Amino acid sequence: MKRIFSAKTQKRKDAKVELFKLRNYAIKIFKISAPLRLCAFAFISLFAFATVQAQIAVKGETVWTMAGEPITNGIVLIKDGKIEAVGAASQIQIPSNYKIISAKVVTPGLIDAHSVIGLAGYLNQPQDQMQIETSSSMQPELRAIDAYNAEEKLIEWVRSFGVTTIHTGHAPGALISGQTMIAKTFGKEVEDVTIIPTAMIAATLGESALESGGKSPGTRAKQVSMLRAALIKAQESIRAADNDKNKNQNTKNSGGNKNSPANLNDSNPGAKNPNSVLKTPPTPAYQSSPGQQNQNESNPSSDLRSDMMQKVIRREIPLMITAQRAQDIMNALRLAKEFNIKIVLDGAAESYMILDQIKASGFPVIIHPTMFRAGGETENLSMETASKLKAAGIPFALQSGLENYVPKTRVVLYEAGIAAANGLSRRDALAAITIDAAKIIGLDKRIGSLEKNKDADIAMYDGDPFEYTTHCVGTIINGKVVSEIVR
Amino acid sequence: MKKNLLSFLALFLFVCSLYGQEKPTAFINAKIIPIVGQPIEQGVLIVQNGKITAVGDARTVRLSSDVVQIDVSGKIIMPGLVDSHSHIGEPAGADGSAPIQPDVRILDSVNPRASSIQRAQAGGITTVNVMPGSGHLDSGQTLYLKLRDDANTIDDLLIYDKDGKYMGGIKFANGTNPMRGSGGFPGTRAKSAALVREQFIKAREYREKIQKAGKDQSKLPPRDLAMEMLGEVLDGKRVVHFHTHRHDDIMTALRLQKEFGFRLVLHHVSEGWKVADEIAKANVPASVIMIDSPGGKLEAVDVRYETAAILDKAGVLVGFHTDDYITDSRLFMRSAALAVRAGMTRDKALYGLTMANAKILDLDKRVGSLEVGKDADFIVLSGDPLSVYTHVLQTWVEGRKVFDRTDPKDYLIAVGGAGATNDKLIHISCFDDDFGGQK
Repeated sequence: MKRIFSAKTQKRKDAKVELFKLRNYAIKIFKISAPLRLCAFAFISLFAFATVQAQIAVKGETVWTMAGEPITNGIVLIKDGKIEAVGAASQIQIPSNYKIISAKVVTPGLIDAHSVIGLAGYLNQPQDQMQIETSSSMQPELRAIDAYNAEEKLIEWVRSFGVTTIHTGHAPGALISGQTMIAKTFGKEVEDVTIIPTAMIAATLGESALESGGKSPGTRAKQVSMLRAALIKAQESIRAADNDKNKNQNTKNSGGNKNSPANLNDSNPGAKNPNSVLKTPPTPAYQSSPGQQNQNESNPSSDLRSDMMQKVIRREIPLMITAQRAQDIMNALRLAKEFNIKIVLDGAAESYMILDQIKASGFPVIIHPTMFRAGGETENLSMETASKLKAAGIPFALQSGLENYVPKTRVVLYEAGIAAANGLSRRDALAAITIDAAKIIGLDKRIGSLEKNKDADIAMYDGDPFEYTTHCVGTIINGKVVSEIVR
Repeated sequence: MKKNLLSFLALFLFVCSLYGQEKPTAFINAKIIPIVGQPIEQGVLIVQNGKITAVGDARTVRLSSDVVQIDVSGKIIMPGLVDSHSHIGEPAGADGSAPIQPDVRILDSVNPRASSIQRAQAGGITTVNVMPGSGHLDSGQTLYLKLRDDANTIDDLLIYDKDGKYMGGIKFANGTNPMRGSGGFPGTRAKSAALVREQFIKAREYREKIQKAGKDQSKLPPRDLAMEMLGEVLDGKRVVHFHTHRHDDIMTALRLQKEFGFRLVLHHVSEGWKVADEIAKANVPASVIMIDSPGGKLEAVDVRYETAAILDKAGVLVGFHTDDYITDSRLFMRSAALAVRAGMTRDKALYGLTMANAKILDLDKRVGSLEVGKDADFIVLSGDPLSVYTHVLQTWVEGRKVFDRTDPKDYLIAVGGAGATNDKLIHISCFDDDFGGQK
């Protein structure tokens, strides 16, 4: 059996223990409040994760590019935050001024196709739980960017396992809980990290989104009825606006948010090529101030709710519909067909029961975490669902999902490992948290694989990434080393 | 007539199976990890009548002529896993009426047919401490169970001590979970400790009254189930399984132990790494939970993968637990593997899944290792116990196979799927195999 830790690694770990002890000591002495404690931690963290600005050459005994076969003794050159070149060591000359980082296994930075971290804080107290708002069962106007805490501890946590991009936002549990966003996992403010501010609209069908005490929706049929009513209202608003424009001979296109993964080469949702609904042009980083952001909005009216539903009708933004039971998944597909909208199926515990219908729809699936607990509407979930979707040719990704207790978040690396132990090939399992996840969130031109001109997002491991006893030894985002913790 | 014959056959087979195999069975050619002693590359394990009769190297262990041989080449055999803290069987102990309820038995609450028990078998767990929850300072008595197959009633799973009493401990908790702040429940940590001390002092007085009464029945105090039970705790007959996360809560548990002298096991110990030396000095074992990420509750924000390794290095006896449903019984070995990821040695991590927990449950003479004379509780693995790709292929309890991954019904339990979480339908007939688990 190989030795797990080098002496250096152990030393580093010991140092980290000391750091924790020191911090704890400081807390004891000053009896500082919880928020202050977080600040103190962040402050210490700044020193711990000092970023490296130099150009970098990453050498890997195995480099999983996810764009072709893995390379033995490969090199990834990084320049100005982008990947400059990828290839075998025999073919790539490392410029002399490049800092060399070596690892046993190198993969693209991992992508968590559906999370709630940044909104659902690790303390799990009312003041840090921003993933769901309960005053109304349909609130598509709630923006994830207005709630995202880029320095939340769980973001740092998943980053230390190699996760570089998360699709996160409002949680399942309401008929429409709000918007989702896509962010890199390193940066101080939401403006620094966001790639797509409004990625999808989070909807939920089934038991977990039922209201009680006479409030709607109280049944499955009511859930669909309410969604249909909202979509019909959006259709009519669009029609009315178009009529007005025709009257005014205004030919200006109503436009839309071009930063959404829904700007897809859409054709029809039943397209034979399942990737056709997933393609999207690369989108620039979201660096703009709120004022600039408005230029991208389609002249927002005061009815923010209807505006968002109109974007769904116009196929600019997909509904991500969390549905676990087969009947709820079918409800989602029926809805998508009726309104010709884009959807992404989420959770989908019973998806293996209706593979043909899902396949025919062409819509992708973001499967529940492999280790998700079975019970209630997920009672029939299986660790083999990923392999069954793969065999059926249905595009899918894995996710960390929503956790309301302990652990407060899962780690997609682990979830993919369990999928790999249950019928999925290691390569397909890795794809489900890299390139295939990138396709579903509409960013495969930019992230998800190690290819020239893509973002330099890289994860490094000291062995098979899926093995429990392997460590993530470093994470690079946009060409910067953002985690050196051995975890 | 035919029906009678069938019934007779069924009864006969059932009785046969109850008494285990008369003939010795040898599992040959596996790598054996006995936990106590070095791993054996080419091993033999012989079991008979529910006990281990031989374990050793294929070159030295002699097989008698009547032995039934089972070839398990390329596989790994290790002891059945012992889980020192679980909630399988859908147990519910104390109710909301009071914060301290030692009179409540989890015995009266466990569903022996629950699918969670089958999932534990699929995870290689053969012995388990089923506990009530942590929403009370004391939520009642716990139960040590053997996960024998086809339990019709809870009695079929019990473990009896040498006095013929079924075994179990008692569950205590401190920190935030019991701090409900109303209905007699404490609102602060100091109040939590005060309420517990008060009850133990009462129990001491109750015990003294009984001792004073001697043989004079008329002087005995009226029976009090709660006081009787805390008396057992004070007498060291019943171990306190103490749910505790934060470093100061851990120290409070140790302080109570010192004051009242009860036998203590610390459970979860999320911040145990901060007070490792203190735990070691108190000579108290720890049952550690391995959680994917920190937080989820205030007292778990500093939970660390390194806890088990740090406690072990400090000299603490370290076991692991699933806390099922918090972690999945089918993935119990993962807990040990994550501890190795964070610096624990392989041997100590595997010990923490088996012998350490056997000691924690006072069952180390019977389970936890593959040694002659111990119960024939073992698992057959497809590979390294610490690998994510390894599956439990078979689970054996007292010489009977209770899980077999090649059996479609068992496979369904192992990976999940339609009907996997249904309670088990118990059948009596041994050959009526199509009717066992699922509809």
